[in-house]
Amino acid sequence: MIEISNLHKAFQKLKALDGIDLNWNKGEVIALIGPNGSGKTTLLKCLLGLVFPNSGDIRLDKSSIINSYQYRERIGYMSQISRFPDQLKVVELQEILTDIRKKNNAQLDLDLFHAFKIELYKDKSLKTLSGGTRQKVNAAFAFMFDPEILILDEPTAGLDPISVEIFKEKIKSIPINKKYLIITSHILSDLEEITTRINYLQDGKVKFDLSMDQLIQKTGQNKLSKAIAQFLSSN
Amino acid sequence: MLKIIKYFLLDILNNKVVLGLSLFFFIVSMSLLYLDENQNKAILSLMNIIFIVVPLISMFFSANYYWNSYEFKEILLCLPLKREKIILSEFIAVSLSISLSILVGLGVPCLIFGAETNIYYLILLAVILNISCVALSMWMVILTKDKSRGLGLVLLMWFYLTMLFDVLLISIMMNFSDYPLEKIVLVLASLNPIDLCRISMMLQLDISALMGYTGALYKEYFSGSGGSILSLSILMLWIIIPVYLFVKKFGQKDI
Amino acid sequence: MKNDFLILLGLLLFFNCSNANTLISNKTHSIKEAVRQAQCGDTITIDPGIYSEGNIVIDKSLTIIGIGDCILDGEGKFEIFTIQADDISLINLKFQKSGYSATNDFASVKILSSKYFHIHHCEILDSYFGIHISNCSYGSISECKIIGSPDKEQNTGNSIHIWKSDHIQVFKNFCKGHRDGIYFEFVTDSYIYENISSHNIRYGLHFMFSHSNTYFHNKFIENGAGVAVMYSKNVVMHYNLFKENWGPSSFGILLKDITDSKMYGNQFIKNSAGIYMEGSNRCIIENNLFKENGWALRVQANCNDNEIKKNNFINNTFDVSCNGSLVLNKFDNNYWDRYVGYDLNKDGVGDLAYHPVSLYSVLVEQNPAFLILLRSVLINILDQVERIIPILTPIDLKDNSPSLKYYKFND
Repeated sequence: MIEISNLHKAFQKLKALDGIDLNWNKGEVIALIGPNGSGKTTLLKCLLGLVFPNSGDIRLDKSSIINSYQYRERIGYMSQISRFPDQLKVVELQEILTDIRKKNNAQLDLDLFHAFKIELYKDKSLKTLSGGTRQKVNAAFAFMFDPEILILDEPTAGLDPISVEIFKEKIKSIPINKKYLIITSHILSDLEEITTRINYLQDGKVKFDLSMDQLIQKTGQNKLSKAIAQFLSSN
Repeated sequence: MLKIIKYFLLDILNNKVVLGLSLFFFIVSMSLLYLDENQNKAILSLMNIIFIVVPLISMFFSANYYWNSYEFKEILLCLPLKREKIILSEFIAVSLSISLSILVGLGVPCLIFGAETNIYYLILLAVILNISCVALSMWMVILTKDKSRGLGLVLLMWFYLTMLFDVLLISIMMNFSDYPLEKIVLVLASLNPIDLCRISMMLQLDISALMGYTGALYKEYFSGSGGSILSLSILMLWIIIPVYLFVKKFGQKDI
Repeated sequence: MKNDFLILLGLLLFFNCSNANTLISNKTHSIKEAVRQAQCGDTITIDPGIYSEGNIVIDKSLTIIGIGDCILDGEGKFEIFTIQADDISLINLKFQKSGYSATNDFASVKILSSKYFHIHHCEILDSYFGIHISNCSYGSISECKIIGSPDKEQNTGNSIHIWKSDHIQVFKNFCKGHRDGIYFEFVTDSYIYENISSHNIRYGLHFMFSHSNTYFHNKFIENGAGVAVMYSKNVVMHYNLFKENWGPSSFGILLKDITDSKMYGNQFIKNSAGIYMEGSNRCIIENNLFKENGWALRVQANCNDNEIKKNNFINNTFDVSCNGSLVLNKFDNNYWDRYVGYDLNKDGVGDLAYHPVSLYSVLVEQNPAFLILLRSVLINILDQVERIIPILTPIDLKDNSPSLKYYKFND
């Protein structure tokens, strides 16, 4: 269980997170949505330990993750903008990550490598790859170590439709009940097939926290975008 | 941690800058030793160059590398690695690679020409000074938010250490020349690693004789086996304190 | 060496005494006894062996020659030879361990009020004073080796100590490990040449009130405080070497109240100050080499009318320093390795004047603590600026025609 309690974070005067309280359970696929600048990425960065909250706590299975690092071995992260060291080649980065992260005799999950045909560019340096290809590499790395917690920040942005489908298939294929899946996206249609719970953030606050079923029930819409629009306007 | 140091090192060495640095040091020391029939003079010229250039290079290179390797650090930070280890590894890799280029670039010509021991002491000082400057510069760069500000602060720091500090020292000595300043100046000089290295080197060349009583005092502090240990340990503090500061700062920094 | 020996033997012919018998000391088994038996003008030869006979007083003209290894031992208690006679020659003798006394100047050889004395090829080890001469004239000390091994300045005298004498020649001696190597007080018209004086605790050469002496081809190396010469006039010093006299209060040579003197062809190498001048007037310093000294020249403001010309200045930390702004000395035609001027008419003389006093040396002169900034970037810059726009340095202290070429002296 991931418990986020009363999380605050301000960058100078801008309040990025303004008292976030959320509980996420294993087996849930969380869609973290909200307008630009609503604090989604900051929240994820707090979860990853890249950003330190001003106050509040994040607990994973009852123990706080602030100033801890061991818990990150359970996380696979796909960042919003896939920035990589310029000189590195794909295969080199793969080797480094494997070297640092791989547990003895654990099986690497290379499905996405094959599905996205990353072998084709494995000897190219990351700098020379196109944005979409880099995003594919990024996704493949996130899934490679079969992490318990998958954090996907705008995973489908920049991917071509075929790749998006491959990606969604991959998500569907993993045993969800043993995992936490946290996805942010503006492309709501990509989310509606897989998500079980919607967290809507606005101005650093949780606007609503509903399961997919609840949302459909309350609004009578089964398209995610319409359901949200209707829910927001009715409240 | 060794693994991380290894990857940082590979990344730095991949870049041709370190090779260029070694070549630069090599050419400078080679030409000085070759052109000057008098080795003592060669040491002095080499010293002038080293105490200006080494801090500048170390500081600028490490500041620049901190930002160039930012993406790499981001990736590492998402892995189950301690932040302190990551930044320490970067520090060790950077200072190691510059030290290596100093050792090769300056050491090899000295071995070729069979230089006297003073030059090797100078090289030792250059290496320590380099490590200290890398530490200082990383601290500066972690304190600041973006690359241009970081580089600006680092250049300012270099300017301060090579020149402004001595201006302060001069004005203190001028204004308080009626008082016995020797010990105060001694302590003040320890507040600047470049000055400390320079003085330590000067005393190695036995310039203390020129200073009369003052020189005897300085020599007691900075030279001889006890003095060398003292000045080297103060220099160590000039490494340890900035390292502590930037490691701590990096541990709390938002990426 | 052989020639000198013959000359000395020749000098024996001029002895005043009429008889010239030869006594051999091993017939008497005692030098004292031989001296007692000898008559004025006799020659005593001494066989190899160690002679510990306490103080031996010689009061008549004698020639004493050691045959082989004959050692005269003072046992740390006695003055060995006390000589009070004219026409004395001591040749090839070895002295050791003359007594030490806080009240008496015990020496291995002491000569009082003598004319025509010659000490040749003697060796003196571990003595309080080596050779002590007072109120004598027309003597020579040559090819002697005088070596002490003292621990403190108080426990030792001088190697060669000469007081109130004239027409003395001191040459080809080796003096080491005493308070002063060669010490002159009230000595005039004398020649000191080809001596080596090194590792003495205080001065390699020290003279006061000693006028019209000539010093040449001597070497003064690694003495505690270098060489100090004071209160004398008409001194000529040429082709001497002053080297590695390095220490907080050490000089190649200290000229204190020296007037009308000449120094040429000397070499000053690696001294903390090559020449330190104080109250010295009308001296000519010419064709000397100043190399790798802390200061090549330190000229105090009370020096007048000295001429410093045609010298080489190379690799000195400071070329010239001066404690005042009034300049009454003349610098001309010297070679300065720091000079960066040009020579448009190609006459070998720089077209711009050279200012040998740098801003930094002025600062250091005011406060030695400034030396802590030696060779810092800031000082280099300040010196360059001051060279272009002089503010603190004496404007008149300049070499108007600096040589662009390094002088090659035929030494």
